[in-house]
Amino acid sequence: MHIQLSHPPRTVDIKGPKRAKDLLRELNLVVEAHLVIRGDELVTEDEMLYDQDHIEIRPVISGG
Amino acid sequence: MNCTKCKMKAAIKLPRHHAAFCKSCFTHFTHDQVVKAVKSQQMFRKEDRILVAVSGGKDSLALWDILLKLGYRSDALYVNLGIAGYSHRSLDKVRSYADKTAAGYGATLHIHTVEQEEGAGIRELSMLVHRPTCSTCGTIKRYQFNRAAIEKQYDVMATGHNLDDEAARLLGNVLHWQEEYLEKQGPTLPASLDGFAKKVKPLYRLTERELAAYAILHGIDYIVDECPMAQGARTLLYKEVLNRLETESPGTKQNFYWGFLEKQKVKPSVRSTMAERDQACLHPCSTCGQPTTADVCSYCKLMAKAKTHSMS
Repeated sequence: MHIQLSHPPRTVDIKGPKRAKDLLRELNLVVEAHLVIRGDELVTEDEMLYDQDHIEIRPVISGG
Repeated sequence: MNCTKCKMKAAIKLPRHHAAFCKSCFTHFTHDQVVKAVKSQQMFRKEDRILVAVSGGKDSLALWDILLKLGYRSDALYVNLGIAGYSHRSLDKVRSYADKTAAGYGATLHIHTVEQEEGAGIRELSMLVHRPTCSTCGTIKRYQFNRAAIEKQYDVMATGHNLDDEAARLLGNVLHWQEEYLEKQGPTLPASLDGFAKKVKPLYRLTERELAAYAILHGIDYIVDECPMAQGARTLLYKEVLNRLETESPGTKQNFYWGFLEKQKVKPSVRSTMAERDQACLHPCSTCGQPTTADVCSYCKLMAKAKTHSMS
């Protein structure tokens, strides 16, 4: 699956299917500091993500 | 995972509340947390005029959105710091929200441009006075928000500080035993003197993650980047540490900050002491008339220094 990340902005491809919380763990990202967005839909950590999904992992610490 | 309340598909899990919510129930939850904050901390009443300090980030735009939807009379002020690229993009986000949503509630956006009024952007000003950018930014924002609130006769000024901001600040103050700052840390700072606006933080019961989720679920387009000037700031390190603790032990941030607020209540004299102390040592700045403990306030000193350096 195609994953978009921020801080710094980058994209990575990871093989699915995979639960959102496992994806975060694999990328060494803390659950409390990130949200997983599939397309334009916010998903919970137990959601299964597939190869065709476009995923954004958005850090929650942001702003000025 | 299903919504704890209505059993529809959940959009967000909230381990600290042993709950998961769909968009509708989550919206109800966030609004309810703000209502509880406003009432329990006696922040403002329905008839009060509120000035929201907006930055283009998720917290301040979510705050403006929640206050408007709850029926509060709230306008906003954006301080354009002139940070190349970043300020321009954040102003776009604020303008977009103001035009598309806030205007429908009859709300107004005020804009203060640092470069226009002070003659230079934040980066240049901080270099001129040899001070860290975040410290210069803090002085300018505090001054401009307070001045606008007083001059435009708002009853209260609201900022988007969330539970993570407050817990991180508390951690920093405790680690360095900055007791004078601990005394002043709270969701409501009263207008202890003429010339000082009352300041409130209605989002102190909501985490950064919950506010980002609120913004996403409500289509609020906010600036996702952290301010480039804040990179490496100690607060970000404290937030990271707290988020690790929170993930392992949900409720840590809430217990830490809310526990602190409970302990503050045991010493009811603190707030009156603060007000009394302010009354005793504050007087109008000889240059601008804003309250200060010195002859000239820190903002006017900063600007005078910047002016001297720019001419030399």
